[in-house]
Amino acid sequence: MLPIEQFPVLVVAISLLSAITILLAGGISKKSGFFISLATITFQFILSLFILRHVLTVGTIHYWLGGWRPPWGIEYVVDVLNAYVLIIVLFLSLLAAIYSKRSVEQEIEARKLPTFYTLFQLLVTGLAGVVVTGDMFNLYVFLEIASLAGYALIAAAGGRALRASYNYLILGALGICFYLLAIGFLYSVTGTLNMADLRVLLPALYANKAVQTAFVFAFIGLGIKCAIFPLHTWQPDAYTYAPSAISVIISTAMAKASIYALIRVIFSVFTVDFIILFAPIFKIICWMAAIAMIFGSILAIAQFDLKRMLAYSSIANVGYIMLGVGLSTSTTFGLTPALMHLLNHALMKGCLFMAACAFIYKAGLWDIRGFVGLGRKMPYTCFAFLLAALSMIGLPPSVGFVTKLYLILAALEAGEYIFVAVIFFSTLLMIVYFWHVVELMYIRVEEGGEKEIRVAEAPMSMVIPGLVLAVLCFIVGIIWLIGTPLPMMEAINSGFGLGVVVP
Amino acid sequence: MIEWMVQHIFDKYNYWISIVLMLIGFYAMIAKENLLKKLIGLSIFQTAIFLFYVSLSDVGTGWGLRFGTAPIVWEHGIHEGYMYVNPLPHVLMLTGIVVAAATLAVALALVVRLYEEYGTIEEEEIMEMEMDLERGT
Repeated sequence: MLPIEQFPVLVVAISLLSAITILLAGGISKKSGFFISLATITFQFILSLFILRHVLTVGTIHYWLGGWRPPWGIEYVVDVLNAYVLIIVLFLSLLAAIYSKRSVEQEIEARKLPTFYTLFQLLVTGLAGVVVTGDMFNLYVFLEIASLAGYALIAAAGGRALRASYNYLILGALGICFYLLAIGFLYSVTGTLNMADLRVLLPALYANKAVQTAFVFAFIGLGIKCAIFPLHTWQPDAYTYAPSAISVIISTAMAKASIYALIRVIFSVFTVDFIILFAPIFKIICWMAAIAMIFGSILAIAQFDLKRMLAYSSIANVGYIMLGVGLSTSTTFGLTPALMHLLNHALMKGCLFMAACAFIYKAGLWDIRGFVGLGRKMPYTCFAFLLAALSMIGLPPSVGFVTKLYLILAALEAGEYIFVAVIFFSTLLMIVYFWHVVELMYIRVEEGGEKEIRVAEAPMSMVIPGLVLAVLCFIVGIIWLIGTPLPMMEAINSGFGLGVVVP
Repeated sequence: MIEWMVQHIFDKYNYWISIVLMLIGFYAMIAKENLLKKLIGLSIFQTAIFLFYVSLSDVGTGWGLRFGTAPIVWEHGIHEGYMYVNPLPHVLMLTGIVVAAATLAVALALVVRLYEEYGTIEEEEIMEMEMDLERGT
């Protein structure tokens, strides 16, 4: 058995190797791509479980690529935060891969399947790489790998997806260029690219204009990738028109990996001290998040296209995460609510997108006005959707409830009562748009009944991942309430110097 | 005054060029309606970043009076006043150029597909056609 220190690099290397294998195997069998990809991601997921266990029991894993010591070589660092996000990313990728089997057969031409799965695997490689790396420039490279694969995969749906993908590409490339500039500024004053080393070298240079400029560039650049409120314009189209499995993976795994990158750069490289002293943006983040929560929900109500509605709901939910980030310094909860919602939102939104895409797969239904009677025709898919929607609204003991509870507690402790009101208001708006869908699905009966659509349940490979996520929404919610993972969150907070109230 | 200008503008002309290029690229990406022109803007922007990085590694005092050489250790060791250019930003930008080329390739492929689909690469016209499609369905 390999020593566990090698696992972080294996997660990335095996995935990259598998991407090439899929392309080569595609010459022999067009269908092999799915199986190779599924096997690889399962293996990666198992590795990530071992990594988490090791990180929790023994401590942070450091891997030096090629044996070059940091800060000269590239270092992979996996601490509790990385391991936690790695599991989220790989679990959602795994479910998206299972889900992709049937949906992709319908959406993509058979001759393009090997390339599709090559890109899919490259996307997973990029995301895993973003999460395990401890080097600023390496992070840039992996972000680009994931993004480029993402652009191509979104465009694979053809038609309107092309322009959505193009807009995403222009904004995404711009964001990554900003991030690259930020690395340049940091390198010019410190001469290092290693995150841990930067963290040590930067405090003496906090007053330096180059460092402050670097922070702004990095924040805006990564903010575009995360679709933080005013920078979200690429997001609704990309989520709406992408192929089903890709909607699932980019709205969960990719969005979470980007937010992880942002949190890592803000808290690990620049640290809380810098932000409080030289770039007091937490207040602004809070307000942007509050606007996003309201704005995203209102626009979601206005949509009839279910996928687009979910995309706008994602903007609101990124708002929830950013509110957690914004409040992190002023409460003893630290980043806990934000990191919670990272997992919670991935579970809920994954399930919702899976259900929405299953409706399109079976019945070609984009428009929720056609959903009448769907609850009786596709009972399992609709049940999964219902559970996730209830969870999103915040029915105890679901994950949505836990997030809202912690965010409200955090806002109360910080004395920011306005954000409590915002959370309640955005919850009301969520009830409006989800109730609208659920009502059409379950309650409304078309007169005569002949107008009701006639469809059968979606295939098992599309129902089961959705149901798994829907059930997990409640199980994970209970686990959060019991508080088993809270010591893990405490460890992350203390690593960032959070969790204590800074006056 | 002249000293100030020499110090901040002429001595660092490469940074100024990089900033100007960056703004030209940024302007093209935001303001141009033609999808290809946007990509040209993106390319200019990326090139400006490469110039910025390469400028970082330069150790000369400008105007070619004193400048660094390639970072090679030769037989006689390092003699007096030997300055070498930091190779790392160059290496980083090799990666950057590869990434930029890949981005541009994907983007151009997208533009080709868009042209096949809509018969135009003007953003306005594509948007109008999409609106028509929406009304039609």
